[in-house]
Amino acid sequence: MTLPRPLAPQPLSADPPVLRVENLRKHYGQVEAIKGISFQVFPGEIVGLLGVNGAGKTTTISMLLGVLEPTSGSIELSSVNLLRHRSQALAGTNFAAVYAPLPGNLTVYQNLRVFALLYGVQDFAARLQSVLNAFDLHRFRDAKCGVLSSGEQTRVGLAKAMLNRPRVLLLDEPTASIDPASAREIRTTIRRFAAQAHSGVLWTSHNMYEVEEVCSRVLFLSQGEIVLEGDPRKLPSEYGKPTLEDLFIHVTSQPPDGEQRWSVKPS
Amino acid sequence: MERQAIMNPARVAAILLRQLYLYRGSAARVVPLFAWVTIDMVLWGFMTKFLGALAHTAYRFVPALLGAVLFWDFMTRVMQGVTTAFFEDVWSRNFLNIFATPITMSEYIAGLLLSSLVTSLVGLGVMIAVAGAAFGLSFAAYGVIALPFVLVLLLSGMALGITAIAIVLRFGPAAEWFIWPIPALLSPFACVYYPLSTLPVRLQWFARLLPPTYVFEGLRAVVAGHGLEGSLLGAALLLAGAYILLAYGIFARVFRHALQSGLITRYSAETVS
Repeated sequence: MTLPRPLAPQPLSADPPVLRVENLRKHYGQVEAIKGISFQVFPGEIVGLLGVNGAGKTTTISMLLGVLEPTSGSIELSSVNLLRHRSQALAGTNFAAVYAPLPGNLTVYQNLRVFALLYGVQDFAARLQSVLNAFDLHRFRDAKCGVLSSGEQTRVGLAKAMLNRPRVLLLDEPTASIDPASAREIRTTIRRFAAQAHSGVLWTSHNMYEVEEVCSRVLFLSQGEIVLEGDPRKLPSEYGKPTLEDLFIHVTSQPPDGEQRWSVKPS
Repeated sequence: MERQAIMNPARVAAILLRQLYLYRGSAARVVPLFAWVTIDMVLWGFMTKFLGALAHTAYRFVPALLGAVLFWDFMTRVMQGVTTAFFEDVWSRNFLNIFATPITMSEYIAGLLLSSLVTSLVGLGVMIAVAGAAFGLSFAAYGVIALPFVLVLLLSGMALGITAIAIVLRFGPAAEWFIWPIPALLSPFACVYYPLSTLPVRLQWFARLLPPTYVFEGLRAVVAGHGLEGSLLGAALLLAGAYILLAYGIFARVFRHALQSGLITRYSAETVS
């Protein structure tokens, strides 16, 4: 059977998308890591980007962050073309990822001060208080990031990610090294931020419970292609699977064989 | 990255501020700013005194030789200032965080150069103080010509620094061990300690391509009371400016390659001890 066409994105508002990706491709020599993906993220929306290791999630996020040049395709961040107007596009974007901790030889305050300058944050004192409160970091304000636990470092990274009130927030496994209680608080904080700041969030995670709780829409990425898109709370039943995790395992475990990538039928 | 007509001073200042924070919190970083240049001045100061006593000539070893060592050390510190500031991002795996911000490549380079200027001027100040207090080296011996000398060496050190970080960005952190000896490799041809005429004729052509050669030839001419040809100093400035542009072009090309090949993201994932 052929793959069902991804669902059209359901905007949460009449506003234009804060992130628009059109036919994005990335080749490394003969290897096609990303095969012409297109998607949008709307203001206030949290979209999950799901896939196994090596599916192309981090490659996609790297291109959205302007640190990896696509082979072809276009990326618009807040309606600004990233490839043509990089600085302007990235001023309203931010990210956090477990593989990109902030320098351990600077304190939390120093790191946030430096990144506030880089992102052009005007009201630094107020923003500092706000993000320190949001991620319970006040007591670590003058501690060097390198001496913090991995969970605390993740929270510092998230504080950095919200420093400039980004319209587009890219989170690559933001709760991977965090205990369940803190992870729940962080999910709440990010949901509140997306709603209040009218920001769009692209969220990668391998925790399907978390994805169901946080994301209003998910994109399944497999071998550089978006193979399925929809509401994470409805998709499992639509495709005859008891949970999102079952659907994830089924979708991502099928070997590619031309047209028939996987065999789940919409019920 | 797109070209921008004007650099954003806040983003340049961010790179400088990061470096100043590192120095503020680390004696291990501050001490080398003073220690190695002091040791160099003391070592070469005594060497100069010894040569002066041995030679029994009117030749002024202190301004000619100790002064040359001081100027050469300054250029080396400028280069190391650029590379060290860059390595801070390599060592802390900070590339992804930095280059995912709105900073442009030219702003990043400007921040590194500014950081280097601050640290190398500290080193220069220490060297002048030690060489003056302990060995009687006075900048009055060179007159106002010392300022263009410093400018040529500053530009040369910056050009070397930018080239060095381009090499590291292209070939990876292991190339660190290739770039540190660059000043030592160039010093025989830059005629720091002896006149250009000492070199074989073929090597003199290569030496003339190095802006510091003109500085050290000029320094010896001034100390010997022969004065300095302005055209030679102009050539040195022109060459140094050209090398800055060339180095920037090389870095821009390597940076573009890094963006296309994913080197920036790989640097962030790589553990560098």
